[in-house]
Amino acid sequence: MSLVAILAIPRPDSWNFPLFVHVLGAMILVGGLVTATSALAFARGDVRLLRLGYWSLLAVSLPGYVIMRIGAQWVVSKGWDKVDPAPTWLDIGYTVADAGAVLMLIALVVGGIGMRQLRQGKGQGLLKASLIIAVLILAAAVVAIWAMAGKPD
Amino acid sequence: MSFDAWLLALHVLSAFSLVAGIVLFWVLVVAGRRADTPADTLRLSPIAKVGNATVGAGMGGTIVFGVWLAFSFGGYDIWDGWILAALVLWLVGAGLGRRTGEAYMEGPRKAQELEAAGQTGPSAELLAANRTSTGLLMHTLTSIVVVLIIIDMIWRPGA
Repeated sequence: MSLVAILAIPRPDSWNFPLFVHVLGAMILVGGLVTATSALAFARGDVRLLRLGYWSLLAVSLPGYVIMRIGAQWVVSKGWDKVDPAPTWLDIGYTVADAGAVLMLIALVVGGIGMRQLRQGKGQGLLKASLIIAVLILAAAVVAIWAMAGKPD
Repeated sequence: MSFDAWLLALHVLSAFSLVAGIVLFWVLVVAGRRADTPADTLRLSPIAKVGNATVGAGMGGTIVFGVWLAFSFGGYDIWDGWILAALVLWLVGAGLGRRTGEAYMEGPRKAQELEAAGQTGPSAELLAANRTSTGLLMHTLTSIVVVLIIIDMIWRPGA
């Protein structure tokens, strides 16, 4: 379905709530990523900001991702799963979501080890690695938002 | 991608920037509730600057690209009910956001005063400023208004 068609034709009402869940989850995910990357980037060894950054990733971005993904599958189940071939923007969305999940898991595990090591005065390098991964996820999310909204052919 | 598609993509990216800033400030609201020393308070300032930038870009981008899209895309008009509702909500959100910012600036201002006076220890007055109930109420209302805008954009009542 082209962008013009999506803009011009009212969506079936049954799509709206799943789409709302998807968009809200994605916004929470991005908000958590922006907070986490900011806190980790500005920490410069400050343990409290390192902890704030990691917790933003764990307690904001991760739930946001789960909500986004539930909403996405819900929307797709309304008929997009029967569209063959799948539109490019849908492929981009899936690719970014799947890769983002793996990257987020790695960032959380690496950062989690870093958090444990903070007690011994270590672990900052691991949290820096989490920061780099979070920046990558954020950049990919921007591409996905552009693709999902602009719907390139 | 057509020009309208670019406008829509930029409008949506701006909306994400706005909500990202609001989420960031929610994290700071929670983190700031324990900050009772000038150092703990001022530690959060660089992150707040990122929030100000994302909210600013989001507010500006949503209104500029949204209005542009309303004029550019043939299927919609600026006076459509759901677009007017979004514009009114945007204005209400901007006013509430400004008042949120004013309320939460009191903490860092107080922290700077205490630091300049050489008082680096815990301060009940500073903690109270960081726990501003007015700021919390304004930020809650701002968040509700933004969620209402998202609902309006998705359901497009009357479109």
